[in-house]
This record gives sequence, C-alpha cells and structure tokens, in this order.
Amino acid sequence: MNLSRSFSSLLLVLGSACVGAEDLVLDVEIPALNVAEYHKPYVAIWIENSKGQHQRNLALWYDHDMRDDEGSKWLKDLRLWWRRSGRQLSMPVDGLSGATRPAGTYELTFSNKSQAIHGLPAGEYQLVVEAAREVGGRELLKLPFQWPAESSIETSQQGSNELGRVKLTVQP
Amino acid sequence: MNIKKLTTLALIAASMGVASEASAHRAWMLPSATVLSGDTAWVTMDGAISNSLFYFEHHPLGLEHLEILDPQGEPLEAQNKASGKYRSVFDAQLTRDGTYTFEIRTNGLFGAYKHKGKNVRWRGGVDEMGEIPAEAEDLRLFEIDRLMQVFVTKGAPTTRTFEAKGVGLEMVPVTHPNDLFVGETSEFQFLVDGDPAANLNVVVIRGGIRYRDQVDEIQLQTDAQGRIFVEWEEPGMYWLEAELEQSGKLLDNAKRRMSYNATLEVLPL
Repeated sequence: MNLSRSFSSLLLVLGSACVGAEDLVLDVEIPALNVAEYHKPYVAIWIENSKGQHQRNLALWYDHDMRDDEGSKWLKDLRLWWRRSGRQLSMPVDGLSGATRPAGTYELTFSNKSQAIHGLPAGEYQLVVEAAREVGGRELLKLPFQWPAESSIETSQQGSNELGRVKLTVQP
Repeated sequence: MNIKKLTTLALIAASMGVASEASAHRAWMLPSATVLSGDTAWVTMDGAISNSLFYFEHHPLGLEHLEILDPQGEPLEAQNKASGKYRSVFDAQLTRDGTYTFEIRTNGLFGAYKHKGKNVRWRGGVDEMGEIPAEAEDLRLFEIDRLMQVFVTKGAPTTRTFEAKGVGLEMVPVTHPNDLFVGETSEFQFLVDGDPAANLNVVVIRGGIRYRDQVDEIQLQTDAQGRIFVEWEEPGMYWLEAELEQSGKLLDNAKRRMSYNATLEVLPL
C-alpha cells in the first residue's frame, strides 16, 4: 500500500465514522479547471420533492462579503435555485449562506436535528446541487433519495463541467 | 412599365407604409436583463424600429411616451436617455423588489393627406383636427391605439403593474412574464377595450433572425376568453405582437388600428 492509498483509506474510515452519527452526508467536489479566467463558483444545494417543489435549502456559497452585498447581483445565475427559492429570500441568510470555495471536495453533514432538515416529512426527494461560475458555465446535478432511509444508502453523480463528483449518503 | 411609373407606385406604397409604420416594421424594446438579483440593480434598454429582431438597422424608437412603473405602481424616471441613428437607449435603477413595467402607449389620431402637392403626415387628438387644412386632399385618418411593454423583475415577481386600462389592445399575463422557461407552457390573455379579444392573431418570434434562414414565427390565435398558450421550445428573447383593425371609435370615416407588443425572455432550466 502506497502513501496516497493509505491516506484515502484513512479518510474513508474517518468519513464512515462521521456518517454513523449523522443522517445526511454530502460530499461536493468543486473541480479544478484550467481556464484563462477562473472564479470560484456560486453553489446552491437544496432538497426538492418528487414534483420538483422546493423543500429545504442546505447551503449557498456566494461572494457574501462584498461591499454593499454586491455579490448578490449574480445569485440569479443559479437559475433554478433562484426561481425555486432564492428570489423569495433576503440575503444573506443565517446558517445558509457562506463564502465561495476553491477546488476541492467538501463534506457537509446535516443531522435530523439540524434546522435545515428537521421535521422533513417521510417521502421521496431529490437533492439538487447547482453551480454557476462567473465568466464560466452552469451545471445542475440531482440525486434522488428516500427519507428516512431504512439502511444506509449512498448515491452519487459525476458532474462534467462546473461540478465534480457529488455523493449523498442517507443514514437511518 | 417604365421607371417613372414604377417610382410613382413605390411612392404610393411608401406613403401607405407611413400610415401603418408599425405594421411595416417591428418596433421593440430590448432589456439587458429581465431577471435580476441584489439590493439595487440597473437595467439598460435599447429601443428601435427595425425589420429584423433584435437588430438596429432602421430607426430609433421614440421615447417621448415612455413610462416606467415600479412594483408599487409608482412612476420611475428613466435615466441617460439617448437617441442615435438606429437606436434609442435608457437606463433604470431598480431599488424595490418586484416587477417593473416599461411601456410606451400611443393613443390618438394619425392623418395622411396631400397639401399643395406635398404628402403630409399629421398626428394629434380629435380636438386638434382643426390643424388639418380645409383644402387637404386625399385625407386618410386613422385612430391609433398602440401599446409596447417590457417586464423586468428584481427579486420575487409581483403583479401589481399588470392592471389593464381598458383602452386598445392590452395583455394580461396569467403566467408571470418574468417566469418563462423552456419546456413550459405560458398563458396570456388579450383584451380589447377591457373585454376579452377572441380570435385575435398573435405572433411570437424569437430574436436572432440574422443567424437562421427562416423567421420561424409562432402563429397563435386567442380563444373565446382571449387567451393564448405558448409552449417555449427554445430559450431566448422573444417578440410578441398582436394587431387589430376595426372601424373608428371616435370618427365615423376613420379606421382604428390597434397593436400590442412585448419583448419576453425565456430562460433554460
């Protein structure tokens, strides 16, 4: 076993240890892009029901700390999120909005006690991740899931442009 | 047919064209965006009369009758108004959340006649008809009711500015005009003098005509309630127009020409 492999296994062990204590775990990869002008993407993550109706916001990464909240000017580029939820909100939203993130994989965990998913009724849902990048493109990934899960269920999707791999683990 | 005759015919055709200026060409406003976010936002608008959409190639749009209503229904002043060879332009600063309506209403009389051997065009109201000389020849009078609209929304869409005035051709959005998406069907209702305009022909044309061989206009007709249903197949800026000609409402010997047009943006999901 080489060093990089053992590092990955260590991460896996740590990852699964975290999963056990939580109900919804999400890994979102922001890909490194070789482009002339790179800006970190705006990202919105939310839960919609099987009819596509918005249920809960989980995260919003944007330039939230610019002067006069100028970063909110580009929130409408998260087209689907803006239509389903964003345009109804007043920015910044406590516990939801945060800074944009550089390339890398980010783990987000939501326990059923967290404000984001507390009281989410049983049913079929989709987790939606939408990314839009200044002078770049936009990408949307949807991961269906059943809530609550009877056993630990993992689903993942591979983005092709603005998103890398997105993995969702639903723990009972 | 000799050249002289041809020229005469062309002149007649041109003067007829003058009487129906908007029919011969397409008048439009084109906003820089229809869906905006942020605390304050600016929208900049082009206005032109042209053949092809949305290109500046004929005449700038007159902005004298431009009115902007903010989401509360209060007037908003246009800034940086300018008019060039082929287009007009202005800006508007949006501070309130909701839907803004930009509109140009033209109501009045249009006349075309010959006076001392010259073709004359005239515009005015019924009480200004005395301006037309008594010795005017070939006088043709039209009642004009035109409305051009553009809708722009910052934040969540609102509907307060959609109230019809009950004059001429008007459109009452059933689907919000800043909530149009590919793959969805939108509903709009048309009114003539406040009543449903049944069997009205409506055309919808996507911009970018220069880059395709056919205009590809979508031809629709309103139902008994004055409604049309448009299914959007492609994203883009669309120009919607309806025209209606009736006998005069104010004058017995005049025709009444009504038109409505709007520029609508359809977004991909």
